[in-house]
Amino acid sequence: MSTTAVNEPVKDPRGPWFRRLPIISQFNKSVGLQRGMLVGGLVLTALFLLTAIFAPLIAPFGFSQISDAEGNFPSQQPPGGKHLWGTTVGSYDVFSRVVWGAQTAVLVIVVAVVMSIFIGVILGLVSGYIGGGLDRTLVVIADAIYAFPPLLVAIVMAIAISGGRSSLWGGILAAAISITVVFIPQYFRVIRAETIRLKAEPFVESAKVVGASNIRIMRLHVFKNATRTLPLIFTLNASEAILTLAGLGFLGFGIEPTSAAEWGFDLNKALADTTSGIWWTGVYPGLAIVLTVLGLTLVGESINDLNDPRLRGRKKAVSGKGGPDSTTGAQAALDAEVRSS
Amino acid sequence: MTTLIEAPPTDGEGLLPMKKKSTGGGLGRYIFIRFFLIFPTILILVTMVFFLMRTTGDPITAALGGRLPPEQLAERITAAGYDRPIFVQYFEYLSQLLTGNFGTTLSDNRPVAEMLVTYGAATLELTINALLVALVVGIPLGLIAAHRRDKGPDAGLRVFAILCYATPVFFSGLLFKLTFSVWLGWLPVAGRATPATELALTSLEAPTGIYWLDAIRSGNMAALADVMAHAVLPALALGLLTAGIFLRLVRTNVIGTLGKDYVEAGRSRGVSEYRLLTKHAYKPALIPIITVMGLQIAVLLGGAVLTETTFEWKGLGFQLATYLTARDFVAVQGIVVLLAVIVAVTNFFVDIVAALIDPRVRY
Repeated sequence: MSTTAVNEPVKDPRGPWFRRLPIISQFNKSVGLQRGMLVGGLVLTALFLLTAIFAPLIAPFGFSQISDAEGNFPSQQPPGGKHLWGTTVGSYDVFSRVVWGAQTAVLVIVVAVVMSIFIGVILGLVSGYIGGGLDRTLVVIADAIYAFPPLLVAIVMAIAISGGRSSLWGGILAAAISITVVFIPQYFRVIRAETIRLKAEPFVESAKVVGASNIRIMRLHVFKNATRTLPLIFTLNASEAILTLAGLGFLGFGIEPTSAAEWGFDLNKALADTTSGIWWTGVYPGLAIVLTVLGLTLVGESINDLNDPRLRGRKKAVSGKGGPDSTTGAQAALDAEVRSS
Repeated sequence: MTTLIEAPPTDGEGLLPMKKKSTGGGLGRYIFIRFFLIFPTILILVTMVFFLMRTTGDPITAALGGRLPPEQLAERITAAGYDRPIFVQYFEYLSQLLTGNFGTTLSDNRPVAEMLVTYGAATLELTINALLVALVVGIPLGLIAAHRRDKGPDAGLRVFAILCYATPVFFSGLLFKLTFSVWLGWLPVAGRATPATELALTSLEAPTGIYWLDAIRSGNMAALADVMAHAVLPALALGLLTAGIFLRLVRTNVIGTLGKDYVEAGRSRGVSEYRLLTKHAYKPALIPIITVMGLQIAVLLGGAVLTETTFEWKGLGFQLATYLTARDFVAVQGIVVLLAVIVAVTNFFVDIVAALIDPRVRY
């Protein structure tokens, strides 16, 4: 009806700005199962982040605390009582170490991913934009690193940076830099490919004609368009960063237990316990890794699927059970159209 | 997270001359160029590893520093030639590599090349077992997921695939050990075989080092059973990691081919859904799997390091972890370089197979 249409304010067809934010826009596009996976991932990720931020409040003990006012902690005590998830052979409280471990993981991921985005994006932009010999050399190097097992690259980097032993910040930096080197080729590839595509676009050409400098074109015209896929790679890489960190820790290249809690290191120590049937030292840190990676991957996956129309689940005409409902919905829509005209 | 992005481009592809349009003779040329791309890849990795490992100082100080008096340390450094300019050492190392000389380990004084041969077989066995598990688990489950797209089984299988990826091998290994070895007592906890079997198999003449092969060759069925029992858990732990990736890949590709016109044409002629899935849609969907299978070799080798440490499987990965703890960087460098060569050569073969199957790759 025309009367209501006149009173409506003119709306941006794209909807309000907050509905276009990365995760929110995908949430609105999602339906059914896909929405469930996205929400599940978001909940797990939020849980992980909250644990990391509030670790000092949540953890009953310090990560390297082996005694309190009542005396020394028992060794290898089963879960229950004062030690919710039991204690390790070194008398550490398992629950506290798992909670503190979340903090270490967040620190490493943030440092690693920020560094690799920064370096990878710059290299990709320059390499793709300038092209020529520099581009070829960088591609060969990136491909060589990309093809190699990431864990081995991380091990070599860890040796180079810290010689294998480290303090809290030293360890976090070493782990982060090791992971960075593994990830740079991925960002490099994506950004380079996008840059090469964008370079041929008319708006870049016209910027050149107007006389914009190369740096300005790269910064303003190419960069902003080439980075749309980054949130996706970010979530996917964050989960891989956790796995690489845990792998390094498991091989004894992580952070010393007295300077920070690290899940992979704890799992390494727990390995010897399994033969005597002690499960709590390994299962809890392991579950922490699995749930964190699961959460991040579900978020990344869902974003990926929802951005791809071929993989996106289709919304039904009316949020009903399909079948007869959807036909009635279509009928209703048709009726409305007829009435308004 | 390379493993989750479907069918990444094979390396080196972008470098090939695109302009020359050859009809028919393209394959030989492609193989030729692709073959020569192996060398820069290996050279880059070797160079990177060499210089990075040296940034912490010379290997002798790293391994023995603090345990020997400074004079003796200096003497050994001079004897090994580590006090010379680094570029002299680098080119010497390269020429040694060309002749197959990987140096001598510092911690137990063995030629690195010999160590690589001894333990390489164990890693090869583990990798093959794991690949088998991955194929047997991943492909059928992927077909089921594609067939029941967006239904219950599909959702369950996709979560399973993500779980496979999200669980580090050392944690799944730990869980398997707890469940099947400690609580149920069905399978051995660790190792490749019981000491008696190991002795019997290594005393064979010209052993391949791959235990199940040796057991079959010698007709020793008790040994074969023992070896199999030991192999199950490590292969499962490592194989599931890759199975998840295969599952997703098969699912995505089969969904793609199921929507093609020729499948629709088959359906209209009355071909059964089962046959459509297993014959019509499945085969074209396999091509990307071959490419990804090659890329998975790198993942499997990285995973093998962790799996071997978890199960005390005495292969290259286990040795790598041991040498890392002993800070024997000559041995570490040897293992890493060997793995680099394996990865580069595998990628070459994968690219060739992909080119044979899909002519579009060549141009």
